[in-house]
Amino acid sequence: MTEAAMLEGILDSHDRDPANIIAILQDIQTEANWLPEEDLRYVAARLDIPLSKMMALATFYKAFSLKPRGKHIVSVCLGTACHVRGGERIAGAVERELGIKGGETDESLTWTLETVGCLGACALGPIVVVDGEYHGQMTSAKATRLLQRVRKADENGKAK
Amino acid sequence: MSQVPKITSPDDLARWQERLKSQRDPDKPCLAICAGTGCQAYGVNRVIEAFQEELEKRGLSEQVEVLSTGCPGFCERGPLVTVRPQGIFYQRVQIGDVADIVEETLINGQVVERLLYEDPTSGQKVVHEAEVPFYQLQQREILWINGLLDPTHIEDYVALGGYSALMKALFEMQPEEIVEAVKKSGLRGRGGAGFPTGRKWESCRRAEGDPKHVICNADEGDPGAFMDRAVLEGNPHSVLEGMIIGAHAIGSHHGYIYVRNEYPMAVENTALAIEAARACGLLGENIAGSGFSFDVEIRRGGGAFVCGESSALMRSLQGEVGEPQAKYVRSVERGLWEQPTTLNNVETWANVPLIIAKGWEWYAGIGTEGSKGTKIFSLVGKINNTGLVEVPMGVTLRHIIFDIGGGVPGGKAFKAVQTGGPSGGCIPEDMLDLPVDFDELNKVGSMMGSGGMIVMDEGTCMVDIARYFLDFLKEESCGKCVPCREGIARSLEILNRICEGQGRAGDIELLEELSETIQGFSLCALGRTAPNPVLSTIRYFRDEYEAHIHERRCPAGVCKSLIEYWIDPNLCTGCGACIRVCPQLSIEGEKKAPHIINKMQCIKCGACYDVCRFQAIVIRSGEAEPVPVVEAAR
Repeated sequence: MTEAAMLEGILDSHDRDPANIIAILQDIQTEANWLPEEDLRYVAARLDIPLSKMMALATFYKAFSLKPRGKHIVSVCLGTACHVRGGERIAGAVERELGIKGGETDESLTWTLETVGCLGACALGPIVVVDGEYHGQMTSAKATRLLQRVRKADENGKAK
Repeated sequence: MSQVPKITSPDDLARWQERLKSQRDPDKPCLAICAGTGCQAYGVNRVIEAFQEELEKRGLSEQVEVLSTGCPGFCERGPLVTVRPQGIFYQRVQIGDVADIVEETLINGQVVERLLYEDPTSGQKVVHEAEVPFYQLQQREILWINGLLDPTHIEDYVALGGYSALMKALFEMQPEEIVEAVKKSGLRGRGGAGFPTGRKWESCRRAEGDPKHVICNADEGDPGAFMDRAVLEGNPHSVLEGMIIGAHAIGSHHGYIYVRNEYPMAVENTALAIEAARACGLLGENIAGSGFSFDVEIRRGGGAFVCGESSALMRSLQGEVGEPQAKYVRSVERGLWEQPTTLNNVETWANVPLIIAKGWEWYAGIGTEGSKGTKIFSLVGKINNTGLVEVPMGVTLRHIIFDIGGGVPGGKAFKAVQTGGPSGGCIPEDMLDLPVDFDELNKVGSMMGSGGMIVMDEGTCMVDIARYFLDFLKEESCGKCVPCREGIARSLEILNRICEGQGRAGDIELLEELSETIQGFSLCALGRTAPNPVLSTIRYFRDEYEAHIHERRCPAGVCKSLIEYWIDPNLCTGCGACIRVCPQLSIEGEKKAPHIINKMQCIKCGACYDVCRFQAIVIRSGEAEPVPVVEAAR
C-alpha cells in the first residue's frame, strides 16, 4: 500500500471532495504506478465512497490498472491512421520481442504493453510510445531495435 | 514565469500590447521550431538542444531567439524549422543540419539548399514558408498563429493581439449581443454533431438555474483526429479567451477543460496558460476590471472514448462512471450537477475570439450556406502530405486529398477516405467532388465528425476497416444499453468470421439488419452511429465483402487467414534480410539465390514484408499457386 501520509496529501490536494475521485485515483496511480486494493479501500473509507463505486470507476476507466505495472510502459497505437499503415504488424513484433500480449505485464515487472486507440500523432503513424517518449514511422524491425536499445541501456545501468 | 502586469482595464492590455511590440525587434533573427507532439516523435527536442548549444558555442545566444512553437500542421516534413525574419522554411531538420543552418543561414545569410521543401510535382525548391503549396492552398485562420508563438508564454499571444477580443466582449458588448453575434456568424460545433453554437448559448443563457457552467470538451477520442490536441497544445490562450467570452455571454462563472488522458503536453500547456491568465487578471475575480468573474479548472479524462459524449463527460466530471444519459432534458437546461451547462469542443471555442474580433459578418462570409468558417482536418493514412489542414467549409474532398495532400504515395491507387472517426463512413473515389460541410457528408452515409480524414489506398481492406471500427467500438461501448452493447458485439462476430474466411451467404444482409436496430435504439450517439463504418463499406465496397464470403479471398491482401506471403524469385536478390527477421525461422535460401518461405511454419507476421527492399515479398490471396522454381535455377 502507498504510505498513508502520501494518500492524505493527495486527498488534501483535491479538497477531499468525492467529485474529484478520478483525479485522486490518477494521482495515486502516478505515485504507485498502479492502484493497490488497500489504497482503494483507504480512500473509499476516508471519502465515504462505497467500495463498489471505487471498483466501478477503477475498472471503467482504462487509464487505471488494478495490477502492478512494469518499469517500462510501451504503448502501441492502433488508431485508424496507424492501422492502415500496418500498426497490427508493429504490435505483433513488439509482443514477440517482449514475450507478452497487449494489456499484460511481464513477471519481472520490467515491461507493460498497452495497445491504445489513438495517441494523436497520426501523421507519423505507426506510433510506439516508450515511457512517454514518442517514436514515429515505425516498422516491425525499428520497433524491435528500439526495445532492444532500452533493454541494453538497463543492462548497462545495472553493470555500472 | 516572467513578471506580467496586472490588467485592470482595456487600456492596460492595449499598453501592454504596445510595450511588447516595441520591445520586439522585428529584424532579430529567430528560429521558430515546431515542438508539437508530432515533431517530438521525430526527436525535435534534441534538435532544439543542439541549436541552443551551437548558438552558445558561437556566442550568438543573445542575438538569436529560439522559439519552440506548437504544431503548424505540416507533420509529414517535420522537424520543421523556420528562420525569421526571412521566413526561410527548412524541413526534416536533423541534429547534423544544425551547424549548417547556423553557419550558412544565420551567419552568412545563405540558404541551405538540401533542407528546402521540394514540390514533388514540379520538382522546384521552395525557399519561404508562405510559398509552400501545402500552406498556400489553405485558409489558416486558427492554425497560422501556432507557428508564431511559444504556447507557454502569454506575452507571445498578447503581442499578437490576444485577449483584445475579450476586452471588446467585456467592455463594448452586452452578453445578448455576443450571443447574437455568434448566432449570426453561423458557427456550428466542431466536435462532430454540428449544433449551432449561438443557439446553444442562447438556450443556456435563458435557462433557469444557478450556477451555470461552461465546459471545453478536449476529450478528442476519434482515432485519426488530432486537431484539438494541436490547438490546445499550440495555442491554449485562444481556447481560454473563447471560453471566457462564452461564459460572459451565458452568465457563467465557472468552467472546466476536460482533456484526454493521452495528451500530457496539452494538459501542461493549458495549466500554464490558466496560471498566466490568472496572474494577469485575465481570468479569475473581476476580469480586467470589468466586474465579471470566471475561473477554469482542468480535469484529465480516464481513457474512455465514450466520455467524449457530452452527457458521459459531465458524469465523469462529477466523479462518476462515464455513462451517457438519456437526453429527455437538454444539458443547456440541466447538465453538470443538474445545472445549466454549455459544452463546446476545443476548436469551437478557438473560433469565438475570431468572430468577436473580426465581426460575425466576416465569419459568415466564409464557407457554405449551412456551414460557416474554416475547419481543421487531420489528413493521415496513405497520403503524401500528412498533417493538419485548415480550409473553408465547402471545398471538395478532392482538393483536400489531392491538391493539398498530394495524393497517395508509392504510385498506389486511391480507394476511399474515412471521415468522422468510428461514427463516420468510408467515401469512395467517385464522390470526391463532394463539398465538405456538415450536411453533405451526412447525405452519403458518413459525417464530418471532429475532422479526421484517413486516406486509404488499394492495400486497405474495407471489410477489415469495418471490423477494425467495430472492434474499437466494442471496447469503448459503455455497456449501458443493449442495442449498442450486444449489437456491436454480434456484428463484430460476423465481421470476424468474414475476415477469417468463414463468411456465410446472408451475412451481409444480417449485418444490415443488425445495423438498423443499433442505429434506431441506442441511447447515445456512440451506438446510433456505430453502424456507419459497416453500412458505408457495404454500400460502396460490397464486392469486397462478396469476395471474402464467396471466394474466400481478400482482394487488398490484408486479412491474415486469407493471404499468404510469397517470394517472387525474379525480384529476390538473396540478400538474406528476411531470413534474419523471420521469428519462425521459416525462410530458407542460399546467399544471392532466391529465398523461399515455408508456408507451414509462416505465422504471417509480415516482418519479412516490412524489411524487403526489393518488393520481392508478395502478398497473395486466392491466386493460383505459381510454378515452383526449378532447383537448378535457385
